[in-house]
Amino acid sequence: MLVPVKWLEEYTDVNVSVDEFCDRMIMSGSNLETVEYFGQGIENVVVGKILSIEKHPDADKLVITQIDTGASEPVQIVTGAANISVGDYVPVALHGSRIPGPLHGQPKQPGGVTIKKGKLRGVESNGMLCSCSELGFEDKVVPVAHRDGIWILDREYPAGTDIVKALELECAVVDFEITPNRPDCLSMIGMAREAAATFGTELRYPDTKCEEKGAEKTKDFISVEIRKPEYCRRYVARVVKDIKIEQSPWWLQKCLIFAGMRPINNIVDITNYVMLEYGQPLHAFDIRTVSGNQIIVDTAQEGETFTTLDGTERTMTGDALMIKDAEKAIGIAGIMGGLNSEIEEDTTMILVEGANFNGDNVRATSKRLGLRTEASARFEKGIDPNLTVQAVDRVCRLIEILNAGTVLRGTVDVYPKEYRAESVKVRAERVNAMLGVELSAKEMEEIFESLEMKVSRLGNTMNVTPPTVRQDLLTEVDFVEEVARMYGYDKLPVTLPRSNDEAKKSRKQRLRDMAKDALLGLGMNEIQTYSFVSPKGLDNIRMADDAEGRKLIKLINPLGEDTSVMRTTLIPNMLEVFGRNYSRNTLAMRAFELGNTFINNHHLEDPLPEEKDMLCAACYGEQESFFTLKGILSEMLYKLGIRELCFCPEENVGTFHPGRCAKIFAGDRELGIIGEIHPDVAEKYGIGTRVLCTELDFDQLCQLADTEKLYSPLPKYPSIKRDIAMVVKEEIMVAQLEAVIKKEGKKLLESVALFDVYRGKPILPGSKSVAFTLVYRAQDHTLTDEEVSKVHDRVLGGLRDEYGAQLREM
Amino acid sequence: MQNQLKAIMEEAREQLSAAKAVAEVEEMRVRLLGKKGRITEILRGMGKLSPEERKIMGQAANSARAEIERLLDEKFAAFKDMQRALKFKEEKIDVTEPGVVTPLGTKHLISITIDEISRVFMSMGFSISEGPEIETVFHNFDALNAPKNHPSRDMSDTFYITEDVLLRTQTSPVQVRTLMKQDPPIKVISPGRCFRCDTPDATHSPMFHQVEGLVVDEGISMADLKGTLDAFAKQLFGSNAKTKFRPHHFPFTEPSAEMDVSCFKCGGKGCKVCKGSGWIEILGCGMVHPNVLSVGHVDTEKYTGFAFGMGVERIAMLKYEVDDIRLLYENDVRFIQQFK
Repeated sequence: MLVPVKWLEEYTDVNVSVDEFCDRMIMSGSNLETVEYFGQGIENVVVGKILSIEKHPDADKLVITQIDTGASEPVQIVTGAANISVGDYVPVALHGSRIPGPLHGQPKQPGGVTIKKGKLRGVESNGMLCSCSELGFEDKVVPVAHRDGIWILDREYPAGTDIVKALELECAVVDFEITPNRPDCLSMIGMAREAAATFGTELRYPDTKCEEKGAEKTKDFISVEIRKPEYCRRYVARVVKDIKIEQSPWWLQKCLIFAGMRPINNIVDITNYVMLEYGQPLHAFDIRTVSGNQIIVDTAQEGETFTTLDGTERTMTGDALMIKDAEKAIGIAGIMGGLNSEIEEDTTMILVEGANFNGDNVRATSKRLGLRTEASARFEKGIDPNLTVQAVDRVCRLIEILNAGTVLRGTVDVYPKEYRAESVKVRAERVNAMLGVELSAKEMEEIFESLEMKVSRLGNTMNVTPPTVRQDLLTEVDFVEEVARMYGYDKLPVTLPRSNDEAKKSRKQRLRDMAKDALLGLGMNEIQTYSFVSPKGLDNIRMADDAEGRKLIKLINPLGEDTSVMRTTLIPNMLEVFGRNYSRNTLAMRAFELGNTFINNHHLEDPLPEEKDMLCAACYGEQESFFTLKGILSEMLYKLGIRELCFCPEENVGTFHPGRCAKIFAGDRELGIIGEIHPDVAEKYGIGTRVLCTELDFDQLCQLADTEKLYSPLPKYPSIKRDIAMVVKEEIMVAQLEAVIKKEGKKLLESVALFDVYRGKPILPGSKSVAFTLVYRAQDHTLTDEEVSKVHDRVLGGLRDEYGAQLREM
Repeated sequence: MQNQLKAIMEEAREQLSAAKAVAEVEEMRVRLLGKKGRITEILRGMGKLSPEERKIMGQAANSARAEIERLLDEKFAAFKDMQRALKFKEEKIDVTEPGVVTPLGTKHLISITIDEISRVFMSMGFSISEGPEIETVFHNFDALNAPKNHPSRDMSDTFYITEDVLLRTQTSPVQVRTLMKQDPPIKVISPGRCFRCDTPDATHSPMFHQVEGLVVDEGISMADLKGTLDAFAKQLFGSNAKTKFRPHHFPFTEPSAEMDVSCFKCGGKGCKVCKGSGWIEILGCGMVHPNVLSVGHVDTEKYTGFAFGMGVERIAMLKYEVDDIRLLYENDVRFIQQFK
């Protein structure tokens, strides 16, 4: 809401600087976006009267003017303007003057432009005649009358007067940010009410008392019927005759310009001016076009077409509210009038409409038509139906003041159900308790009254009736806020709540922290990627068609295909990130993401899908292999207390290299998968090197995690170490050999660790040599060589029997 | 025999000083002090002497033996020192060569920021509660007192899965879930992902993070809200940070406020970060609206509460001067590692 401070002063006094005004308005609840200063950057531009206009001898499109600028001699200025006549008053930028610009046909220069004298096609020119935009007005507010060419001033001004002074161009315009609960502030009077309460000044209402010089009565010219009272709470109409359409006086145009609206003609300008004053949209119909002298407020015929003021033909739906006459529609209620009833140059009699339309209906129609106007924006937010009469009267009064027509007697006012504000009980104790202050009921009463509320107080309990424009004040807590903001948030004390609980993290949160810390310590960088992804990612990672992860949850209204479904796996995002980093010449990377995936397992009892925490970790680079990632993963799981892992070869998951992939189990629980990404998949993501990747079900990890730690005594007796090396068939896995060693080693075997796998001469192809270190120890005595040999021989025997292992000499 | 000893000593001294290797010295030790060594032989031959002579000669031989031992040890030590010095010289390293390391990984900037915020609130007794990213319209809007026709409910603002299910646009629905499952006193924060239909650009992301906070108890006032959030600001931005509370409007709080923090880059003088105002808007807050408390069947006469919510990206970007929100979700490792 653009509020020109000078205009605001019509309704209340502003006795402070603009900066202080803004600061205090912010603190009382009227937040603002910016402050613009109109009239700045104009120096040495004066009012000039055109004394003569002659043709330029050498240029068809230029003329030579003599201008009275109040100096003893006229000033000669050459111009290309076509809209000037002798006797016009115009803004003249003299030699050495500065204007904000932009100059005609040129881009805007920061800091403005200096005007210097010069020669145009050989003829001396000592300045420039200015257009509105050259004086810094935005195109969208330049009055229709001055859109092309020089700004012809509306009346005589003393020649030579500084233009800024003559036209009172200097004005601070504050752009207030109006929150949706305060549609009453989308008006000058609404903002003045706030300012008056903030600064303790008086609120002045505009003159709405019409002289009604016409002999006829409005009701003889028009009747109004509301057929859809649920969509139209009130319809007020007055008729004005002897209309003279002309330009508005400069004071009125200026208000509109400062407030961001374009002056058009007196009648349109007045309806806009009053809309900005009261926040009540208004419309004027040419009464010639209203057939049957009838206004009917009713919904449209489904599919009916209607051409709005802007010349666009629109197709209406059956629930769109229309303003109709006896034969046809003449306006879309609360949005835009019809082309068929537009005010024309020769209009002599008008109907002024001030109505109250249902915000939801206006919103729906406006949205369906893709047509948002100043009026619809206001109706959508909700307007006090009691504003209609004042606003219509104000329009008529302004027409009288401007001598633009004769107002007929009386008003047609159809108001099926009067809207009155309910009073609300407000307890002073409650207000104080919520704010942590100790104000008296009297102080609160004064705050309410400063905002034009009616208060009846009994002790510390008040019954407060807000003005009907304040439709946001419905319950006690709404009044608590009124007290708070007028008293001042900055004056509220600063205390801490009495502490009530110790801070807790859930088990899952703690485990998440633990897993993350472990991975970070192991050199993995954390990434975060979108929860919504492209469905193509699943094809890219060659996910099986019947996989659970293919059951996607889709967005109805995604931004694009790339973010159209909720992720069921973190792998595609990880590979995309790797692809991006690889393409940016990052030669090696380790990363993980711990985040939600979304399972499409719709249950009737819960409308929401399951969200499952997954952990994806991956790496690429010269140093990385399946086993580096396996090591990282095992270490992280060890930290979580998940130590007995089983890696089972998996050849049939398309995402991975069939020979380098394993499912990970802890006991009979499947935790996830690890492997080298299939080269075709890596290629899809533009990664030209081996990528290792694992994805784990973090919820499973949380169930299995055991972070309790207990001391176990350090060994008292020495251990005995035996190394063994054996040749086995290639397909025998280390884990199988380990299992035999553990089985046969029984209690005396403290640990077994692989230390070498060798392929090549003298081992025959198809076989490999595998070497382990076994450590034996007894808890209660020093082992003898014989004891160990007995067990060790059993281990060797087991390996021989189960897997045909041939022992090698160490 | 005296002369014999003297000669041995002299010879030993000469040979020792000429010795060039440990082996020579070792050989000398055997030759002189070994079982068949010359000194040993002298000592052994003393049986033939008279007791008086034996006493004198014994002393002389023993002191000669001790002297030789001392000289030998000295020589050994000298050789050892020499060898050490040689070895040290050979083993000298260039200490300016880089260390060998598995570099630590780096947390994502969003996690870093959420952790910082959480740490501050946990120190004030807030627990952490979480909620789903896919939410119901009820939890995300209705229960939060959002008007039925509020524009934020539009398909142009909010991602929908069905008519009644959406991607949460704020972490506030966690307030609702907390109120529905827990009786006061309540003191929680809830960090998490949120989604809105914003096309990505330097300042917008369709996915972002918020940290929501909720306190409900008997006697909670707006002064408590100010105190809590002021303490938070001082912990997060430094003890010089000042706060300013401005009236604002949110459907789920009443009274509502926005909190500004004195610019932590310029201290309030005005700079690029605070756009010259000296203040930076950090969060929205307010007293929980009775309509919201009622959803959790909280007795609104007995209990009051306050709530607040802040954008994690905004705080991270301000604090670390990141100028493009998209960097956060590109996950370029060179970006991530800047916050190690």
